[in-house]
Amino acid sequence: MSQQRPPVFLERQSYRRRRLMDAARLLPVFGAALFMVPLLWSKGDDGGPAVQTSTAMIYVFGVWAVLILCAAVFSKFARRWRNNDSPHGPSSLKASTMIPRTGSSHPRAHADDDVG
Amino acid sequence: MVSLDLLIAVCLIYVAILFAVAFVADRLARNGRGNWLRSPLVYTLSLSIYCTAWTSYGAVGYAARSGLEYVTIYLGPTLAMIGWWWGVRKLVRVGRSQRVTSIADLISARYGKSNLLAIGVTILALISLTPYIALQLQSITLSFSIFAAPNGQTMSSDVASSAFWVACGLAVFAILFGTRNLDANERHHGVVTAIALEAVIKLLALLSVGVFVVWGVADGVEDILNRIDQSDIGSWQVQDGRWATITFLAAAAFICLPRMFQVMVVENDDERHLRTAAWAFPLYLLLISLFVLPIAVVGLERLPEGANPDSFVLTLPLIEGRNNLAILSFLGGFSSATSMVIVAAMAVSTMISNHIVMPIYLSTRARQGVSISGDVRDIVLMSRRLSIIAVLLMGYGYYRISGGGTALASIGLIAFAGIAQILPALVGGLFWRGATRAGAMAGLTVGFGLWLYTMLLPGLGQSGLLPATVLRDGLFGFYFLRPDALFGITGMDPIVHSVFWSITLNTAVFCIVSLITFPSPIERLQGAQIVNVFEHSVGPRGWTGSVAQSEDLLIMSQRILGATEAQALFQKEADLQKKAGHLPEPTPAFVQRLELELSGSVGAATAHAMVGQIVGGSSVSVEDLLAVADESAQLLEYSSELEAKSNELSRAAAQLRDANEKLTQISVQKDAFLSQISHELRTPMTSIRAFSEILRDTDGMTPEDKARYAGIIHDETLRLTRLLDDLLDLSVLESGQISLNLREARIGPVLDHAVSTAMAGSGGTMTIHRDRSSEDVPITTDVDRLAQVFINLISNAQKYCDAPNPSLTITVGQHAGQITCDFMDNGSGIPRDSQAMVFEKFARVSGDKAGGAGLGLAICREILERLGGQVIYMNGLGGAAFRVTLPAQAAVTVQ
Repeated sequence: MSQQRPPVFLERQSYRRRRLMDAARLLPVFGAALFMVPLLWSKGDDGGPAVQTSTAMIYVFGVWAVLILCAAVFSKFARRWRNNDSPHGPSSLKASTMIPRTGSSHPRAHADDDVG
Repeated sequence: MVSLDLLIAVCLIYVAILFAVAFVADRLARNGRGNWLRSPLVYTLSLSIYCTAWTSYGAVGYAARSGLEYVTIYLGPTLAMIGWWWGVRKLVRVGRSQRVTSIADLISARYGKSNLLAIGVTILALISLTPYIALQLQSITLSFSIFAAPNGQTMSSDVASSAFWVACGLAVFAILFGTRNLDANERHHGVVTAIALEAVIKLLALLSVGVFVVWGVADGVEDILNRIDQSDIGSWQVQDGRWATITFLAAAAFICLPRMFQVMVVENDDERHLRTAAWAFPLYLLLISLFVLPIAVVGLERLPEGANPDSFVLTLPLIEGRNNLAILSFLGGFSSATSMVIVAAMAVSTMISNHIVMPIYLSTRARQGVSISGDVRDIVLMSRRLSIIAVLLMGYGYYRISGGGTALASIGLIAFAGIAQILPALVGGLFWRGATRAGAMAGLTVGFGLWLYTMLLPGLGQSGLLPATVLRDGLFGFYFLRPDALFGITGMDPIVHSVFWSITLNTAVFCIVSLITFPSPIERLQGAQIVNVFEHSVGPRGWTGSVAQSEDLLIMSQRILGATEAQALFQKEADLQKKAGHLPEPTPAFVQRLELELSGSVGAATAHAMVGQIVGGSSVSVEDLLAVADESAQLLEYSSELEAKSNELSRAAAQLRDANEKLTQISVQKDAFLSQISHELRTPMTSIRAFSEILRDTDGMTPEDKARYAGIIHDETLRLTRLLDDLLDLSVLESGQISLNLREARIGPVLDHAVSTAMAGSGGTMTIHRDRSSEDVPITTDVDRLAQVFINLISNAQKYCDAPNPSLTITVGQHAGQITCDFMDNGSGIPRDSQAMVFEKFARVSGDKAGGAGLGLAICREILERLGGQVIYMNGLGGAAFRVTLPAQAAVTVQ
């Protein structure tokens, strides 16, 4: 089974797609970082005024909503990727090396994992 | 006031509706209609199984106690879900390609289909599920008691016993819809649809109460924010450690909880649904937790001091006189509790039946022969039903033991921390090929043990499972082993303490043991398949179906999948093989596909074992393949050894051929020499005889003639004597009986003597070039023998040099205790093909030209050998060139 190496440079569209995947991977990291920001807030035990719970609530739910929005935007893009349209060209070699699983509904993923 | 009877009636109607929905959905799915059942929306809503009664009741109580901290329970899953692209997506893909039936099945499949590991995960899941189910029962009982006694202080005994009946009802529902069929894909459309409906109800309930609180009790958003800030929980007081730990814990539990795995991976119809769920499920979580804080704050304001904050969602509408809202809220809590219990019981019962009951059943049956007797299907279903009942009974037992006193949130966190112990093995298995079975086993054991010791048992402390002395003084009296302050580190929050130590040590042990152990071949293959699931999804090993009987396979499949499904499957395969109307050939691909189908019902390890029983020894396991590879490696080694030997043999043959050639040559030379020597002996003999006859028979000879003839006879006898001397000399030299007369001398005089002896009487025209200064070299040797060698070499040059003006150059050199004497003439030298033979006895380069017997050089060689030196012929120096090498101090070579 000869695995053809993926091309070094991708078309502009594929390149965008890859970066979008990177963004999707980074999203939970950013989310976690943003959700951990409240750990830095004053609790009032160091003399300064404690952060109001309403402020905290607005912050947390705001970040939450932004994350959901980002995830929704990414899904919207991911939805457009066609079945056999893997990130490095429309006729991917991987599609042919997959052994078809007859007798079971095994839909190909909308986009294969990138091979970077 | 709502009467308890009305409440029970509402419950029953609601449950009836759920039954109907589940029934209709199952039917639609079976008839192939109802595609909307497999929509991303239903999938997303089914994920809301994460929000249990803990959310409906406990979240408000949590918020009333600890402020905004409750939100971490939902932030964790949000992060896990928006990271679907590298996390959940892989999990779902692996789950689908390996046809896993539960999280225990996945772990087992990843680590080489190890059933031991599956049992471990099952037990872990069972133990951490028990308090969780108790929590649901407790919350339902709590809600009943609210309606029975709205101020929340007292609890009548018949309400307390309602927990038992609730447990029974849940068990019936779970059995009816969770174990009705043994679907190849282990999907339960009925249950999933009912759960989706319940998800809508619980969201609606909480939102309604929230909207009522914000716009009914308070005056809108601004007012409620003010009230929040004015309340006891109005300022940010969340503990840092708990905030981060619980977020992590919730994310881990979201992935590892058996019921989450069931709806997220096993019940997943289409991987693309994840795209929607990735943002829709976090949105659901956001909505469901949005009004928790307002409800808690208003509840704290409105309700009397000491009211249980866990029941605010019910008591608040009741106290405001909104009975319908209270009932809706009650239904929300009721549905979240029931859906959780049903799915969790289903998931865990699948694990118990596939990983504990079936292996035991199979091993008892294995002795009765190859074919499996009895209807396995019934056994599986029955074991699942019994497991469901057992799970619910355990939950009920825990509820009774713990007394239902603990706050809901803390029970939930105990369960979360327990199930999170699977995370290192799961994540390691998905992303790290080096993770081994031993590592996973060790990590799980350590994590589970620590969780048990630091969290679950102290949680049950008052009921006496962990003696008070252990809590106070540590295990075995070791102070640093106290369950609430391991290694003497005190002051940590109990949750943070337990989670930190159990997860850290779990991960550490998992990694270390994985690094030092070596995985079995099937583990490595499964590892490669699962870690690189996006690159290939090919089965790990092949069955050679040549011996497998299609009929046996069909019978077995019917027992597991059911007659219709199994026959349909075989029919399809037969059509594929173009053998319509007959049983399909058990090709390896078919057997493997069949095993995958079966593993959808009974788990990977069991299916493998069952197919193995029928296909028998003809299963080509990786071990077999490796054995074959080993054998061929041995063969290769053997053949390369053979090759080496044959090379050696051919080398030996070549040497033998050379030796034979030499022998033949020598034999030819000997023949030639014999004829030569007879000739040599004969010639003088003939003339001696002739002249002696003349002397005898001739009368009157002049004295001159007499003297001349006698002289000739004398000469000839001398010649004969010389020849015989040479022969004798050589034989003495060769037999080593020579005695050497060693003395000190210098090369110069020896050469002088040799030159004068060799040139004497030959009328020599040859000129000899010598460098006398270099000849003043002392040497200890047998001088006479050395002179003999020199004489021989010089007279050879004299005899054979064919130059018009023959000349001989003698050079003496000294190097590292060795003296060399080179004798070079200016003739044409010795032909190349004769050079090899020149030192052999009887060898003569040109047979007729010289008078010698061909013994000279052979004698030279023998002499020099005795003197510890050698003589060689040097090539390419113009004429013939001989080099004599001698040690300056000759030691007599010992024989």
